[in-house]
Amino acid sequence: MNTATTVLKSTQGTTISPRLAKNFRRNIKERLIEILLMLCALSAVFTTVAIVAILVYESFAFFEFVSIVDFLTDNQWTPLFEDAHYGIMPLVSGTLTISFVALAFAVPVGTIAAIYLSEFASHKTRETVKPILELLAGVPTIAFGYFALLLVTPLLQMVFPELPTFNMLGPGIVIGIMVVPYIASVSEDAMRAVPMSMREGSYAMGATRFQTAMRVVTPAAISGIIAAYILAISRAIGETMVVAIAAGQQPNLTFNPMDSAATITAYIVQVAMGDLPHGSIGYQSIFAAGLVLMLMTLFFNVLGHFTRKKFREAY
Amino acid sequence: MSDQKVASSLKDIDSVRTMIKRAKFNDHLFGMIGLLCITLILITLLILFMDLVIDGFPQLTNWDFYSNFPSRRAARAGLLSALVGSSLVMLVTFVSAVPIGVGAAIYLEEYAPKNWFTEIIEVNVTNLAAVPSIIYGLLALGLFVYTFDFGNSILTAGLTLGLLILPIVIVATRESIRAIPVAIREAAYAVGATKGQVVGQHVVKYSAGGILTGVIIGMARAIGETAPVITIGALTFIAFLPEAPISTTPPFLNFEWLTSSFTVLPIQMFSWLSRPSSAFHVNAAAAGAIIILVTLLMNAVAIKMRYNIRKKIKWQ
Repeated sequence: MNTATTVLKSTQGTTISPRLAKNFRRNIKERLIEILLMLCALSAVFTTVAIVAILVYESFAFFEFVSIVDFLTDNQWTPLFEDAHYGIMPLVSGTLTISFVALAFAVPVGTIAAIYLSEFASHKTRETVKPILELLAGVPTIAFGYFALLLVTPLLQMVFPELPTFNMLGPGIVIGIMVVPYIASVSEDAMRAVPMSMREGSYAMGATRFQTAMRVVTPAAISGIIAAYILAISRAIGETMVVAIAAGQQPNLTFNPMDSAATITAYIVQVAMGDLPHGSIGYQSIFAAGLVLMLMTLFFNVLGHFTRKKFREAY
Repeated sequence: MSDQKVASSLKDIDSVRTMIKRAKFNDHLFGMIGLLCITLILITLLILFMDLVIDGFPQLTNWDFYSNFPSRRAARAGLLSALVGSSLVMLVTFVSAVPIGVGAAIYLEEYAPKNWFTEIIEVNVTNLAAVPSIIYGLLALGLFVYTFDFGNSILTAGLTLGLLILPIVIVATRESIRAIPVAIREAAYAVGATKGQVVGQHVVKYSAGGILTGVIIGMARAIGETAPVITIGALTFIAFLPEAPISTTPPFLNFEWLTSSFTVLPIQMFSWLSRPSSAFHVNAAAAGAIIILVTLLMNAVAIKMRYNIRKKIKWQ
């Protein structure tokens, strides 16, 4: 009691202004911290704006030289040759073909792996396999490029002797291997989000694990699974090193995976490896190609986002 | 009459039994296929790594490989400039991405009001994570190389990779901040801490493990990333080292290395791999084995840490 009153007295005795001054300094400091942190967060917005601005600005210069109609309809892409053609279609066809091969491999394998992990595997297996899938997702793409050129393609050539050294099949399969962990882990998350009571209902009716997985869990989780596929397409489209190494770098308007072809990403790498002067049409062409790539991946990302949001079933 | 009924129900039971048998067979069959798929994935990872190690074995065990500069002769070519280049680029990436990423995450979790402005930032972070890495290369080419005139230097590469891993750091930090219960914050406020003190002395401190996990995964990604660094015009044939960042004479630190041209491990591997001669492919395999080893180790440490953190910390 006594001590409390002395404390009170002493606080009353001191003048109040230094405390206010301290508060003021403290408030300023707090505001500064907040502003600094906000600037950090804004860096994400700046990055997006900068990406769009750079791509659009350089592409604008490109389209002053090349008409958009030519860009979309010409079936040759030879910006670095004497007889220059600027038709993006050969690059788009290469990109889509490789993505298709990749998905044709990754969708079945990834989905089966996801169903197995979510519905069949024991707790212990799941806890061992999931981290390894994460590990596989962390392997640098350049290593997969080596794999495509010097292991998968020679193996495929044993089956198809007429397959050229540079082709779209090998890199397509390897990109498929790369996106399997992604499809598997995203789909598995979606399946695990399906409530246990739905499975129990199914089991109570005498269904097997397979029947439960196919007729109850998969339909309930379908939005998440399809979103995983769509996001995997977006990844396959943006993949660079595997195709730059193993698909050959000749733009080629074909949808036959046995041919060699260039993708949008491979073209950008090819030009960047050379020494093109800043401001030349070849330099601007990689930004136009980059813009097309950005729009394609953006389309699939947005589509994937909405699939997941729109068809999500609420339990 | 009743005999017929019995006969038909027996038939029904038989058909039900075959149905159950078929269903059980399918169940087992799918179990096998699933196991096969998982094994296939795991074996692929193993083959990939073993293939690189076996192909690159002669160079991996050759000490000169680590201390030689690139050369026109495959047997004498080495990784020295790429090793130094990768380390310095990673230094810039770390210094640029970690403070900004952690700061952004703290803002979004602790400070940001719920409004359209915050929404825009969040959508941006999500989108950036899905932008193909080569687009970051184009951004850096237009912005850092030509607009800011940094040239194809270590600084440009480090900043580019820093932007690339920013979303990874932000997402990981946000997740680990979110795991800290409100009670911790309330306790700190209750004894008179300011918001800055709550965040700095409690929230960041307790989520440090999770943040570190995200940083390690991000750095592992940056080490193996090739496409954006090629796009900014990294050279493949570097036969010198940048100026050492630390010296024994005052002023002890110098920053000339930031503007030096450079090469990194994945680019060195790419340039060896693009040569037709198979002697260079041995070098490429050895470089690949080193890259994979480093990234796998970093990822393994991070994943292990994450599991440990989840197990250890129980807030209730």
